[in-house]
Amino acid sequence: MKEAGEYFMEGNIACAEGALRAGCGFYAGYPITPASEVMNHLSKELPKAGGRFVQMEDEIASIASIIGASWTGQKTMTATSGPGFSLMQENLGYAVMTETPCVIVNVQRAGPSTGQATKPGTGDVMQSRFGSQGDYEIIALSPNSGQEMFDFTIRAFNLAERYRTPVILLADSGVGHMREKVKIREEVDTKKRRRPKEDESEFFDTDRDDHVPPMPDFGDGEELLVTGSTHLGDGTRDTSSFEAQDKLVRRLVSKIEDNREDIEDWEESDVEDADLVVVSYGSMSRPAKGAVKKARENGHDVGFFRPKVMWPSPEKRLREIAKDSEILLAELSLRGYRMEIERAVPSEALHIYDRLNSLPTIDKIYDKIEEVIR
Amino acid sequence: MIKAEDIKEKYIRSHPSPFCPGCGGGMVLNSMSRAVEESDVDKDDMVAVSGIGCAAWIPSPHWRVDTLHTTHGRAIAFASGVKIGNKDLEVMVVSGDGDCAGIGGNHLLHGARNNIDLNVLMINNGLYAMTGGQVAPTTEHGEETLTTPYGNPSSSFEAAEVVKAAGAGHVARWTTYHMKELIEEIKKAMNTDGFSFIEVLTQCPTRKGKKQGMDGLEMLEWYKENTSKEKDTDKIYVGTLSEVDRPELTEKIYDQIEKTGGEPR
Repeated sequence: MKEAGEYFMEGNIACAEGALRAGCGFYAGYPITPASEVMNHLSKELPKAGGRFVQMEDEIASIASIIGASWTGQKTMTATSGPGFSLMQENLGYAVMTETPCVIVNVQRAGPSTGQATKPGTGDVMQSRFGSQGDYEIIALSPNSGQEMFDFTIRAFNLAERYRTPVILLADSGVGHMREKVKIREEVDTKKRRRPKEDESEFFDTDRDDHVPPMPDFGDGEELLVTGSTHLGDGTRDTSSFEAQDKLVRRLVSKIEDNREDIEDWEESDVEDADLVVVSYGSMSRPAKGAVKKARENGHDVGFFRPKVMWPSPEKRLREIAKDSEILLAELSLRGYRMEIERAVPSEALHIYDRLNSLPTIDKIYDKIEEVIR
Repeated sequence: MIKAEDIKEKYIRSHPSPFCPGCGGGMVLNSMSRAVEESDVDKDDMVAVSGIGCAAWIPSPHWRVDTLHTTHGRAIAFASGVKIGNKDLEVMVVSGDGDCAGIGGNHLLHGARNNIDLNVLMINNGLYAMTGGQVAPTTEHGEETLTTPYGNPSSSFEAAEVVKAAGAGHVARWTTYHMKELIEEIKKAMNTDGFSFIEVLTQCPTRKGKKQGMDGLEMLEWYKENTSKEKDTDKIYVGTLSEVDRPELTEKIYDQIEKTGGEPR
């Protein structure tokens, strides 16, 4: 674990350092480009910090073991990229259903399939939201710098613990492999899951407004019933009743939906008077922001909006912005966030700058801005 | 010996049994409970991990310990996380033959290779029972099942031999006919600091017995007649297949934490 201070650091290493500072006690992973540096770094540093490191036989086992270890009271994480993320989808849904806190880092690369392993892409945005079967909501954070790889990893752990849910750090290889200044803070704000009080005996239901039940550990003597099947508040499997399915699934969705205000986060600038607002995220948002700056310097009323939390999406704010401004979505994929933006923005007001394989120059995006505002 | 009603009181949750009449699942549950009762293991430290299928329902929700009922085939991978997360827990995996040796075969191999300190019971009824009786990796060549109406064109493998070759610390095979021996073998598994694998041939009268013209009791008698505690006979060998002393994964992970100066979080 690096001492507090400023470093010239790769994004993936910053992510691993964030996990160390957040109190990660168990990491399991499988090698994959462009995420391996997270695991490589933790294999060396996690034991020194008292954490357990294990390289598993595949990504399915990696996510399975971090879910299992989470029930022993550990903060747990795995990191992967597209192909591994696809393999993890079933157990990601299991973590949602069993309300198991854990962090899944996806350093996205160019797909589909094996695609271009070393090239960036953001084609997993919808998969991170809808990839596992059934109805659910998820939290996914989108860093755009080495600093945010550090900060958002810590926030991912905190949100996972706060809401008893898997949280996805949805990075891309542009930001994962970029080296830049990262400030490691001595003190970071860390959260831990709520443990049951003496009078609490239901760990899979709650009347609390935040919809988050308390979570004991294996070995506490609670004779826990943890199952991916539909279950009652005490964990008992109920594979047939309307009431059990309706109550559980609605609460799991509400747990994220009703806590949007606490979870949502975005960056915006010069939006109020803008004729056009450029919406971008991840590594693409870096040149996109540069292009907006250039447009401003050239006297155009152009604003910038960047979701830091992709899911739940900032749909309400996007709708407000789209009332008075046209929107230019700039992303490193053809279908990444597009459908979600289309949901919030009328089609006649939406413009697209999409790009595959690599980041564009500022000028390329600027040219598109000029084309739109003309 | 502890009375049946006391076992029920202490180890079994009062849910209606999901098992068909004559099923061997309850006999395995009984054996597991008696093994823990007769061992030094504190029931509060016991975690039972299972996957999907009839066998997965033996511990979940019926066994009165911490239970983790997971996804199909992945019980050993989940259980590995539980064990490494807290080495003081005693972790038992209860998994059907399809769950364990079919969809979960890779985790089985690597659990054995790592010699991680888990107790794995593979409940082998020779087919996928919960979904109607389809062919499994353990179904004999030529056997008729729901999806091999013209006989199984594929061949079975000996999961216990595969696990032995992969390096498990303790490998054994019994049947539900051999409950006393099974209880002793489970106790031995819990005392083994490594990967213990016990294949339990278990009767499925509904999906398999019906096809073969046998009820549950007749299937048990078949196990009696067709197994042998002697090796190298024409019968199915029952007993301990192997016991080897190899490095165990969890212990080594904790050793490395200590060696690097870390204090387990």
